[in-house]
Amino acid sequence: MTYARDVVALARKDLLLELRARETLPAMLLFVLATLVAFRFALPSDASERASIGLLWVAILFTALLGITRAFIPEREQRVLDGLVLSPVDRSAIWLGKVVATLAFLGAAELVALPAFGLFFDSVTWTTVAAVVLADIGICAVGAILAAMAAAGRARELLFPVLFLPLSIPILVGGVGAAVGDDPARYLAFLALYDAVFAILAWASFEYVVTE
Amino acid sequence: MSSGEKYLAAVYLVVLATVLVYIAIISAKLARLEREVTELAERARERHG
Amino acid sequence: MAVAAAVVLVAGVALALLWAPEDADQGPSQRIFYLHVPIALTAYACFGWGAWKALRLLWTGEQRYDLESYTAVHMGTIFGTLTLVTGSIWARTSWGVWWSWGERQLVLFLILFLFYAAYFMLRFSLPDGPGRARISAVYALFGVVLIPISFLAIRLAENFIHPVVFTRDGPQMSGDMFFTFCVCLAGTLLLAGTLYLNELAGKRLDLRLRELRESLELG
Repeated sequence: MTYARDVVALARKDLLLELRARETLPAMLLFVLATLVAFRFALPSDASERASIGLLWVAILFTALLGITRAFIPEREQRVLDGLVLSPVDRSAIWLGKVVATLAFLGAAELVALPAFGLFFDSVTWTTVAAVVLADIGICAVGAILAAMAAAGRARELLFPVLFLPLSIPILVGGVGAAVGDDPARYLAFLALYDAVFAILAWASFEYVVTE
Repeated sequence: MSSGEKYLAAVYLVVLATVLVYIAIISAKLARLEREVTELAERARERHG
Repeated sequence: MAVAAAVVLVAGVALALLWAPEDADQGPSQRIFYLHVPIALTAYACFGWGAWKALRLLWTGEQRYDLESYTAVHMGTIFGTLTLVTGSIWARTSWGVWWSWGERQLVLFLILFLFYAAYFMLRFSLPDGPGRARISAVYALFGVVLIPISFLAIRLAENFIHPVVFTRDGPQMSGDMFFTFCVCLAGTLLLAGTLYLNELAGKRLDLRLRELRESLELG
């Protein structure tokens, strides 16, 4: 059970730090709102309403990029990570702790983004909410390990989006498909598959990424 | 040539060109490695000679 | 292997261009298929090989697998790019457009190209050493898992992206065509293998020379 305790402790650390510093979350909230508004102007008025759901997902992805970058890449985080790697904590617990914390941040941002989207664009269905929940897991799972990879080298902030975006394309397909497709269950199932496959892969391989 | 045949030729030529460029790059690398080996062999001889 | 590659590939190309029966619908441009699809399949094989070597690296920790995995991914990326180029030309001849989102293979390779191009960016940003080898290996594993997932995603996406239906040659070829295809496939795989071995040897030599130079500097 120490594994679970480690994970909880790590996640709590990130959350408490954020609660005190209040840097990441307000930025994410403002960013997602500003992106949605910008998209409103990017879309011509006679565009189909189906197109707008794609914009929601792009906004979510980019906001996630912001949040995950903050979770791994700053200097302070690098020193913390080095310390954690030296400690007897299971390396994959570090990953899981980060995933849980990032999920919390992303979820909080979406609590604002989804109603805003419903206000600015189109109503949000329950399938979209389900898709967002499933997609979040995949985004944070994959993002956490990719951010650790990017942080190990130079030009980290630039490299991370480049690593993340190709892997996020299936998530986009799942999310948008669940909203506009005629069989949302298939897309939700696909998102669940993505989550399962990549989360297991990331969980198993994280220790190889952070070990020197 | 019909346009279909022209594109066909284009594809095969692109593939051929790519392979040849690749071979050229590897040959250049080989030449550089050979030069380095002779240079290092010289230095080794000076050391122990 | 180089000799075998040369013989089989030349034979394959000759068969493809001269001997195989002409397709009634598409005419001579159908013969592009004999090169485009084997190149695509070879790219998949290279990525798979790279992932296998990556797995071996993580499993055993032996550093030599790093160069092998890296070279394989490099080969795969070259062949993948070639797939995109030949596929684009084929799209032009068949349907008059340089790109088609309805063409699943092409879209898949586009995503893979983005992914593996990032592999090199990642590798070049990391300092030399076992850390770089490990991170590259993990990324290569992600890549090979991405292939089927992306393929599924593209199929699902067709429902709302671009339900274009283009018929194309599949396994329903005549026997002669299939034979030609197999010869070309074998030739392309052998070509990839030859280039792989050459590049690997070059990289290994480079590494040994660098070590030699360093020991001479110190010794």
